[in-house]
Amino acid sequence: MYLQYPFVRYALIVGVLIALCSSLLGVTLVLKRFSFIGDGLSHVAFGAMSVAAVLQLTNEMMLILPVTVISAVMLLRTGQNARIKGDAAIAMISVGALAFGYLIMNIFSTSSNLTGDVCSTLFGSTSILTLTPGEVWLCAVLSIAVVLIFIIFYNKIFAVTFDEEFAKATGTRAEAYNLLVAVVIAVVIVLAMNLVGSLLISALVIFPALSAMRLFDNFKAVTICSAILSVICAFFGMIVSILGGTPVGSTIVAVDVAVFLICYFSGRVKRGIVR
Amino acid sequence: MAFITVTDLSLGYDEQLVLRDLNFSVSKGDYLCIVGENGSGKTTLMKTILHLKEPISGKIETGDGLKQNEIGYLPQQTIVQKDFPASVKEIVLSGCQGRCGFRPFYSKEEKTLARENMERMGITDLANRCYRDLSGGQQQRVLLARALCATGKVLLLDEPVAGLDPKVTAQMYDLIEGLNKEGITIIMISHDISAAVRYASHILHIGDRVFFGSREEYLKSGIGKSFVEMGKGGENNG
Ligand SMILES: Nc1ncnc2c1ncn2[C@@H]1O[C@H](COP(=O)(O)OP(=O)(O)OP(=O)(O)O)[C@@H](O)[C@H]1O
Ligand SMILES: [Mg+2]
Repeated sequence: MYLQYPFVRYALIVGVLIALCSSLLGVTLVLKRFSFIGDGLSHVAFGAMSVAAVLQLTNEMMLILPVTVISAVMLLRTGQNARIKGDAAIAMISVGALAFGYLIMNIFSTSSNLTGDVCSTLFGSTSILTLTPGEVWLCAVLSIAVVLIFIIFYNKIFAVTFDEEFAKATGTRAEAYNLLVAVVIAVVIVLAMNLVGSLLISALVIFPALSAMRLFDNFKAVTICSAILSVICAFFGMIVSILGGTPVGSTIVAVDVAVFLICYFSGRVKRGIVR
Repeated sequence: MAFITVTDLSLGYDEQLVLRDLNFSVSKGDYLCIVGENGSGKTTLMKTILHLKEPISGKIETGDGLKQNEIGYLPQQTIVQKDFPASVKEIVLSGCQGRCGFRPFYSKEEKTLARENMERMGITDLANRCYRDLSGGQQQRVLLARALCATGKVLLLDEPVAGLDPKVTAQMYDLIEGLNKEGITIIMISHDISAAVRYASHILHIGDRVFFGSREEYLKSGIGKSFVEMGKGGENNG
């Protein structure tokens, strides 16, 4: 049926890969109370994207990726500095980037359909279905890199997430791994922007982790479960959106929310039985 | 040379000095108790020894074959979030992380070490339980097992019995004493002066007046006498 069209196949491949890597770090983000960093970064990515659009860059990624990575590193720095409240800094940067991005688009844009452009960068309405093979490859390579990095550093990420002070005291380079996490998050966010648009990225990162945490109580099981849930939700959401003609991003997030509710209640039932 | 030698150490936060001109040393096999009032800087001292904080002046040297990252540590409060999903096994194993360097996965020996330390702490049957569902005493044992995975040489314990009931407290002290007898050097922060003078070989008293010396010297000193008396008074009242 629809699978015979290459753009549908590309969309499914990319969507599943993005869902996979965005869910992996979700657990760490939720546990480190870093969820808002994801949110802030997605707004920065939006700002960068509007600049790229105005400059009419052929390869937007070349601008968006480095800008987002640099912001991630900066946000992490301020987050660790007790003097400046991390969340205030993030709120400032993210809202600023959002306003700035929209302003630039408004003033300089040559497009006739400005509202449509803004809407699709914010909610990712159709972009997933218009990917070129080149973009598919880039997404695939980056996602696989993210998954590999996560597997290789899994034990270190656990140690640093669980107890940063202890990890530091016993000779683990906690700062370095925090930095790594920040950079990987930035990459994931830029990737996920293609799928769900910048406003809905946090949902993609956080919901699978929250769902899995309702069901399991050890780190490995939670991580694996959140990856599986995320992939299933993304796949299912994309199919629904293609068949029903609904926006891709919001459909996927809606499925994520539904699954979270199911997990929430089955988690309560499960705990009820155990006790 | 001693395991840890502290010379002319001053510590604090930014401009605010908490402790000044501290001198003491810890040798292999010692059981050092650090006592002092709330806010006297015990936790700060411990963090400085662990190099989590920079000292304001002075230095901390490790010697006698002890490397900086071979100091295991039991924090005063773990800032672990309530909803952190982690099994006991995962946490104890994470104590081996410092040994790994850039190696991504734990080796067989490290897994064995984690299992042995869980046995040592009597928490083998909790291995697959979730950390957040354990009692305070059980949680302390888990963290102690993790610290033992990080080192077999020196353990820093920041109020290991805080919040434990008398029975579990006694068990904890026995456990720590046992570790010391096995040759592990212990540095323990405690409010419990009677336990300090019972188990420790050396005492470091910090506060307005500073004392460092062996237990016998402490009991003879003015500061020690008054503090021990105070401890007894508190016990009788309580
Ligand atoms: N992060 C911090 N920033 C600034 N000052 C601090 C900080 N942490 C502690 N202090 C101050 O340093 C002093 C020593 O604190 P510390 O936690 O070392 O005391 P403590 O001896 O461990 O007390 P307790 O017995 O209550 O655990 C206190 O006056 C405290 O107010
Ligand atoms: Mg303290």
